[in-house]
Amino acid sequence: MLKNRSLVSIRDLTRAEIEQVLDTAQKLENHRGRHLEHRQVALLFYEASTRTRNSFLTAVHQLGGTEAGFSSGEGSSVAKGESLHDTIKMFSAYCDAIVLRHPRDGAARWAADISDVPIINAGDGKNQHPTQTLLDLYAIRSTQGRIENLSIGIMGDLKYGRTVHSLVDALSLYPGVQLHCISPESLALPQSYGPHQIHHRLEDVIPQVDILYCTRIQRERLPDEAEYEKVRGIYRLSASHLHNARTHMRILHPLPRVDEIHPDVDATPHAYYFQQAAGGVAVRKALLYLLIAQGEA
Amino acid sequence: MMREYKVYRIENGTVIDHIPHWNSLKVLDLLGLRQCHDLVTLGIGLDSKDMGRKDLVKVENRELSEEEMDKLALVAPQATINLIRNSERTSKHKVRVPDHIRGLVRCPNSGCITRHEYVPTRFDTISRDPLELRCYYCNVQFRSDELELL
Repeated sequence: MLKNRSLVSIRDLTRAEIEQVLDTAQKLENHRGRHLEHRQVALLFYEASTRTRNSFLTAVHQLGGTEAGFSSGEGSSVAKGESLHDTIKMFSAYCDAIVLRHPRDGAARWAADISDVPIINAGDGKNQHPTQTLLDLYAIRSTQGRIENLSIGIMGDLKYGRTVHSLVDALSLYPGVQLHCISPESLALPQSYGPHQIHHRLEDVIPQVDILYCTRIQRERLPDEAEYEKVRGIYRLSASHLHNARTHMRILHPLPRVDEIHPDVDATPHAYYFQQAAGGVAVRKALLYLLIAQGEA
Repeated sequence: MMREYKVYRIENGTVIDHIPHWNSLKVLDLLGLRQCHDLVTLGIGLDSKDMGRKDLVKVENRELSEEEMDKLALVAPQATINLIRNSERTSKHKVRVPDHIRGLVRCPNSGCITRHEYVPTRFDTISRDPLELRCYYCNVQFRSDELELL
């Protein structure tokens, strides 16, 4: 039962609970209802966000709820220097759930420990982004019909990318998943994330995988500009790379992309990143429903 | 060749043995012994069958609290604590890094929320040999060489 629980890390969910979210998302995909009528969800975004914030906002509205909060901390007490602790205490008194994006690693866990209402982590520093992972899994299952026994390539910034860390954690719950990591050495996946094959050339991996998950090299997370210059533009996937891809292979990306996927890929049958992002509303509706409203008329 | 060593016997107090070579200085700081007015005896680089060289600290009229023993385990994971009462050893036990550590340690991740707001730190022990901890908040895993005590 997910009701009244927080979602801070994908590790908070069992495989059965993940499946419950994905099944509910499928049911709610084209659904508008009143499950959140008279309910208010706080959207506290200390960092810029386009897709995550707007898909949560759309999800709240499609379920009949209202929203409170701020974007980038502007025009709020945060700009006056209020601590996360005090902000969470206040909003947990006004609202039925809090969606939090924060630049510090572990901010969502701290918030969940002090909040009286469920916290949904919408990204904390370079740590976790579990709702993105749920929509990634939703896209994988929608395109491949299953998650287990797939061969999955993950490309880009695997060291600092929180979407990557959450996804790798979730995939470890599914037997038979083969993980192929493609990154420069300086941005390799930390060893603590378990067994995976390491590649440096994208071309070596394309024919072997069912899913290719691309990520942006995040300038804002690298220690300095010199480090960024060393790795920027190192991987650029274009349509010409895809001649020997499996027919059913699909390309995912948490977006925004910079130059890691050329626009000529968009027209290929392998591109799925826009449909993937669109699935975010269904997944976030499912989460809000399960955490706040499940079991109520 | 093992040499015998002699340090003052103490009547009442604690003998901390099997401290890694040179870590006795950390133990002094950790237990606040530089401010202590009782007799503190330090042995550095003593011969040890198991450790090659080891350090030893004797402190008079002092018994360690559980929190101090947890802290001690972080810089001297193989340490043994001998409690001395009326010149007799009344107990001897090995320290053990606890499964969960609250406070005591600072998270080495500069991006961790605990480094930016007042948040009491929490860690889970992932491995004891070598010592590896994971921050409860930011999930960063780190080894003893990155460990900084509060």
